[in-house]
Amino acid sequence: MKKAWRNDAYSKVTGRAQFTDDMKLQGMLHCVPVYSQKYIHCKIKGLTGLEEAAAIKGVVRVITHKDIPGKANFGQIVQDYFMLTVDRIRCEGDVIALVVAESREQAIEAATLIEVIGEELPLLLDPQQAMADEKNLIHPGKGSNIINHHKIRRGGDIDTILADCDKVLQRSYYTGHVEHGYLEAETALCHERPDGVMEVRGSMQHPFSTRRFVASLLGCPLADVEIVGNPTGGGFGGKDDTAAMVCARAALAAKLCGRPVKMTYKREWSIRESYKRHPYKLEYTIGLKGKMIHAVKVKMLADGGAYTSVTPWVTWRSTVQCCGPYQVENVHCDVYGVHTNNIFTGAMRGFGAPQVDFSVEQWVEDCAQALDMDPLEFRRINMVTQDCETITHQKLDNHIVSLEEVMDKALEISDYVNKSKQNSHGSFKSKQSFSSGKSDAPVAYDKLYGIGLAISYRGCSLGAEGMDFCSAIINCQFDGSILLEVGIHENGQGAESAMIKLLQRELGVKQDRIRYNRPSTSHIPDGGTTVASRGTLMGGGAVVHAVENLKKIIASSVYEKLQCSVEEVKIDQDKVYGPRVTMSWEEAMHQMFLNSDYPYAFGVFQAPKVDWDEETGRGNAYFTWGYSCQIAEVEVDLKQGKVQLIGVSAVHDAGKVVDMDMIKGQVYGGFTQGYGMGIMEDIGLKEGRIVHNNFNKYKIPRSTDMPDFKVEFIQNPDPNSPSGAKGIGEPALEIAAAATANALHNALGKRFDHYPMILEKEK
Amino acid sequence: MNKSMINGKEMILKQDDLEKKLIHFLREDLNLTGTKNGCEIGVCGSCTVLLDNQAVKSCVKKVSHIVDKELITIEGLEGPQGELHPLQQAFIDAGAIQCGFCTPGMVLSSHAFLLKNKNPSREDMRRALKGYLCRCTGYQQIVDAVELAAKSY
Repeated sequence: MKKAWRNDAYSKVTGRAQFTDDMKLQGMLHCVPVYSQKYIHCKIKGLTGLEEAAAIKGVVRVITHKDIPGKANFGQIVQDYFMLTVDRIRCEGDVIALVVAESREQAIEAATLIEVIGEELPLLLDPQQAMADEKNLIHPGKGSNIINHHKIRRGGDIDTILADCDKVLQRSYYTGHVEHGYLEAETALCHERPDGVMEVRGSMQHPFSTRRFVASLLGCPLADVEIVGNPTGGGFGGKDDTAAMVCARAALAAKLCGRPVKMTYKREWSIRESYKRHPYKLEYTIGLKGKMIHAVKVKMLADGGAYTSVTPWVTWRSTVQCCGPYQVENVHCDVYGVHTNNIFTGAMRGFGAPQVDFSVEQWVEDCAQALDMDPLEFRRINMVTQDCETITHQKLDNHIVSLEEVMDKALEISDYVNKSKQNSHGSFKSKQSFSSGKSDAPVAYDKLYGIGLAISYRGCSLGAEGMDFCSAIINCQFDGSILLEVGIHENGQGAESAMIKLLQRELGVKQDRIRYNRPSTSHIPDGGTTVASRGTLMGGGAVVHAVENLKKIIASSVYEKLQCSVEEVKIDQDKVYGPRVTMSWEEAMHQMFLNSDYPYAFGVFQAPKVDWDEETGRGNAYFTWGYSCQIAEVEVDLKQGKVQLIGVSAVHDAGKVVDMDMIKGQVYGGFTQGYGMGIMEDIGLKEGRIVHNNFNKYKIPRSTDMPDFKVEFIQNPDPNSPSGAKGIGEPALEIAAAATANALHNALGKRFDHYPMILEKEK
Repeated sequence: MNKSMINGKEMILKQDDLEKKLIHFLREDLNLTGTKNGCEIGVCGSCTVLLDNQAVKSCVKKVSHIVDKELITIEGLEGPQGELHPLQQAFIDAGAIQCGFCTPGMVLSSHAFLLKNKNPSREDMRRALKGYLCRCTGYQQIVDAVELAAKSY
């Protein structure tokens, strides 16, 4: 058996890995957040209990917005989030004050004494109502509760075109809030160094964004804040804004108290305060002409909650991908992000795609049914193909469009066509079970069987959302060892190991020479956030470019010793050589020392240009695309109201694979999260409050919920990616709920128009 | 006098410590920070330790529960020279580690399971790990690791 390898595996399997909460500093204080127990939406007239809290034994300081030296408000796009509330509470997660004490218990005790004197405001909890409400504004300065509106106008007048179609279907879908569920809750450990720099450790997936939050709150330059990376216990998109704000608050406390401060969240605080995946309402009208999807009119409302966060970007992806991976001649799409008093929503693995895929991959099957066609055949006729044009007029001609090949491979490894003959369609006719590979084992009559499929294409990296570039530093030592730094972040996915493997592959040296040196924000330029499945793509691109630069530097230093021209110098299999002379890697590095040349290179990867027109929804939205197909098999016990997943097959074209064990891990974990979202995860929202605030009520998939997976890859190295790799984190998640929904339909004979798809026990 | 054997060393427990939550005692007082705090209500399993080779969740136990018992944390599983336990090596080899936050609890609970079950099926392993949450791996490579290590028990 080929053994898996990760640079952090030994430290994690022995318990040596130091997560932020595992660290202590001399004289360290503990900081906790204070929430209002009374209000979700109110004007703040004042705070009570501040003095009483300060009088509790061990309390060092109670902090309110008045103590902030910089700006209380911040945000990645719109600076409408208050790290400590000033004049309003807008959602349950708002933090009204901080308490700093010698012990965490003392701080927690004191925090219970503080409350807001408020003037209650009407609660806006329904996006539709909030959107129409021009009187009650969650952010009065904005003039509207609408965060953003993206659109696509492709083809002619949509209503006329729909009226002219052979068949028209209307479908609406609703999706719920989803919690990221990283097992390590938010945590930060900060201290001001003697040189005046605020040093911040914490659990996060975007150190550079964290630095902006900290610097803004402290009112200091970026260079006066240094974010030092620690292992991060999962992110899934969720450790950007909230994780950054926890770091910023801890830094504020450290600054004001003049001592190191730790701020570690309890699970209940984490779920209460951290942003979630957006709930959507999606209303589709689909017009069919012949066997083609001729027209789609769609309106989506995304509940952005109280703050903007990255809602404009999340909803933009939903816009670009609003018709799934299908070619549609006429598209009229409106996507709105809307403020409510619910918990704010932001980035989560999938980022505006899972809601759309859940809908599209179900109505596509309804369309096939309306035409009395095989859904696979209907997909084949309508899906994106080589050199075709997407709904935003992007020609897919700069990479291999492998969607049909991906789907065919998934059909093959799952035996889909044969197994779909066993679909129960709501009646107990099936006597076959495919669980545990025993295809002829009889199952009890009271279980229904269904197999379902979903496909997708996904624009890689950020697209026209934002600036997209990253850098890498290769610093070879004169003994032959190598230090590597890249401007992406290890969230637990194995980013550092992937970078090491890429460097090894591209440079042609032994892997054990390479040590990844996790850079702080003061050591490497801002490489952007490690989200959008962009880590391997963007970080890997930077590594490849740094290797190209390094090879030139080495060649121009050692060519004379190799008795050849600079162009003839090659590096491979741990050797540096020309046509006549060969040096070991160590000899070459030593020679560079003698030549006073640094074997040091910096590499940058700038994403190829993308463009977007907000008015028409036209543009080359993403510089390349990945393709996916996932298939789920379920058994349904109607009496118990229980769905059991009994098989999963997944095939992805994520470009050239860097490491097979790690990429499979991404697919296993991504599907599992998507399945959890589809079938069980529910924050229990009641009047703006999250009731399911720990893992006893917020259920996520357990080992017994998951079967063994079959996973394969179609590897088309992407010409737009220097390493050939695309991304996998999000493709792995985005269609799991859709495939499960189709499997459930094929078992039950009816559809769910919402997730989580929780069955009721039969009465 | 209250005593406990912690990672192979006998330790005298102070009276004042007996009412402390075990997880806090291990992490804060003994610096055994391999034991992770994920939910603090006994649901996620990140804080799992072994008490007389039984997997228990240290966030819902008190120090008094370890009196006269043998306690093993993740730090106590490797050999005296720091050599990895075969199960730890299997977690590495099977690619069962991502963020690593659940890993100590997964390793210890699997260890307790394998000590009692000689030829478990993958379904047995999944049932044994039901009380331990992982958000990264979808459990497949964790089950692979347990299967790989089962031969060495």
